[in-house]
Amino acid sequence: MGTATRTIQVNYLARVEGEGALYVKVRGGQVQKVQLRIFEPPRFFEAFLRGRAFTEAPDIVARICGICPVAYQMSAVHALEDALGVRVGGALRLLRRLLYCGEWIESHTLHIYMLHAPDFLGYPDAVALARDQPEAVRRGLALKKAGNEIVARLGGREIHPINVRVGGFYRVPSRRELAPLEEQLKWAREAALETVKWVSKFPFPEMALDHELVALRHPEEYPMNEGRLVSTAGLDIAVADFAEHFVEEHVAHSNALHGLRRGGGIYLTGPMARFNLNRTQLPPLVQEAAREAGLDQGCRNPFHSIIVRSLEVLYACDEALRLIAAYEPPEAPAVELPPPAAGAVGHGCTEAPRGSLYHRYVFGPDGTLAEVRIVPPTSQNQRAIEDDLRRLVQARLDLPTERLRHECEQAIRNHDPCISCATHFLRLELDRE
Amino acid sequence: MAARPRRRPRVAVWKFASCDGCQLSLLDCEDELLAVAGAVDIAYFPEASSRMGRGPFDLSLVEGSVTTPHDVERIQRVRRLSRYLVTIGACATAGGIQALRNFRDVKEFIGVVYARADYIGTLARSSAISEHVPVDFELRGCPINKRQLLEVVSAFLAGRRPTVPAHSVCVECKLAGTVCVMVAQGTPCLGPVTHAGCGALCPRYRRGCYGCYGPMETPNTAALAAGWQRLGARRPELLRVFRSFNAGAEPFVLESRRHEEG
Repeated sequence: MGTATRTIQVNYLARVEGEGALYVKVRGGQVQKVQLRIFEPPRFFEAFLRGRAFTEAPDIVARICGICPVAYQMSAVHALEDALGVRVGGALRLLRRLLYCGEWIESHTLHIYMLHAPDFLGYPDAVALARDQPEAVRRGLALKKAGNEIVARLGGREIHPINVRVGGFYRVPSRRELAPLEEQLKWAREAALETVKWVSKFPFPEMALDHELVALRHPEEYPMNEGRLVSTAGLDIAVADFAEHFVEEHVAHSNALHGLRRGGGIYLTGPMARFNLNRTQLPPLVQEAAREAGLDQGCRNPFHSIIVRSLEVLYACDEALRLIAAYEPPEAPAVELPPPAAGAVGHGCTEAPRGSLYHRYVFGPDGTLAEVRIVPPTSQNQRAIEDDLRRLVQARLDLPTERLRHECEQAIRNHDPCISCATHFLRLELDRE
Repeated sequence: MAARPRRRPRVAVWKFASCDGCQLSLLDCEDELLAVAGAVDIAYFPEASSRMGRGPFDLSLVEGSVTTPHDVERIQRVRRLSRYLVTIGACATAGGIQALRNFRDVKEFIGVVYARADYIGTLARSSAISEHVPVDFELRGCPINKRQLLEVVSAFLAGRRPTVPAHSVCVECKLAGTVCVMVAQGTPCLGPVTHAGCGALCPRYRRGCYGCYGPMETPNTAALAAGWQRLGARRPELLRVFRSFNAGAEPFVLESRRHEEG
């Protein structure tokens, strides 16, 4: 088999959320073109949010993604509260963080056990994996369920929760209603520790990424709902300045816009970025687990992202337990909102499981939404994913196409791309003659 | 001699324009997933497996709406490969939230989101699967209820009709003993015209139903709209409430048109 010219092609990427493909063109032993092709049909959320009441936004934007609806709701409520000039603190802030912990647990665990682990262990899916490692898969399912229980109890249901509103919630739980979660989360925290140990023994291809990493940073906590946007290249900006530093580019091969640093730089957002920029904020339990997994000096191998995700699951279980213990119900389920002022602009950025999710809203003269901009993590990460693939293929051109195709798909899954989110994603085509 | 084991029914899960939430409901059956995967052969489910089996399939679950010329063709192939075809969720059953384009000029929408309109291939309308091929059963909801999904899968594989009531959310509220938010709190609620299935979730959280399961059988939307008006709702709001996650469902299309300006 020649290595000089060939095409690697995956026509429909499996185990990613949404529809995408991959095309790689190699000529004369050089990777010439790498395209993550996103053919998921566009759904035009930014367009049809125009003219809607701002109060409808949290329910509508949730429908961008069935895997991370809480992230969309959280970025929306923070951006809209910014536009209204209100701040939500205390117990309501605590409940939002608890809800987000639930989503991190369910979304990351879905990815670790059902979408990514089969790659490392050589199975087509978790069901096949369960035939040989039933305890591991059962542990994964129960861990995922623990995350979903938080979302369902607080949000009403796992997918597209109904209890989030601008200003807070429709109804807040009593301490007694949250109590049953504690037992389950204590088990989940142990299962998450087991998960870190399980995944850190997987065989990992060597690779080091040097993308600029971008994530929120908060002075007092591992970032979820609030903070400043910081990067490994020294960026440190308020969320409201996002548009001054980041742009989106429209390319022919993708229905998702590509995120870039203004001036053209590739950057990466997500668990790798969060962990490298914020790991000192993690509690001793998680730092110790990171040390045992060999990641106490940070992590630059994208294949290690599965370990980072499992560390974040451990963190989210621990944090959820802390939040439940600290919870005292607020006097009202939501803060009072002033009427929307025409022309008011609000920005919000929160840490979705897959990375920073930026929203911007502008109110029109009649108080409805006049302009909406939503920048999901997967759009921002497309260039970084393509760059990873370029380097992976270039370094492994001696591999047979089938093997290379498999590694490419695995490398894409390192970033847990959510194509449904990104269209506002995958097939591998390796073109080597 | 031992009897030859019965062939496990082959199930496929297909995606069209959607958020993936309804197919995720299957993976959210954490307690039942391995049992389901033992009882049936999940032969094609790209979101969960890289083993993409070929048809024919005994049961196809279809998520998402038809919004591209390619998908118009693809749904025909799915139908040809499937003994039973069940649509799951508001997108597949009524066009989904993306059916909001049906009331506007899609070119204008493309211009709002994308810089290069010529890169985007899309249809002017987002349509339900049943507009393109015969559908054996439609499971409502945005998202679907995973218990109802298990019932539908079990029913089709057992060769019976699924037990999925078509009455309104109101009935579910009464069954749950939830106090009526519209009568008791004056909170506008779409429960009287909305298809059951969620377990009357919103009223249990002290908010009005927002219709994510779409219209019930024979809904009296006009009477409900009048009730909303008595509670102070005005035209633009009434237009919007019938134009959300099931904007393309016929009874909601007709009611929303009554509240258009001009």
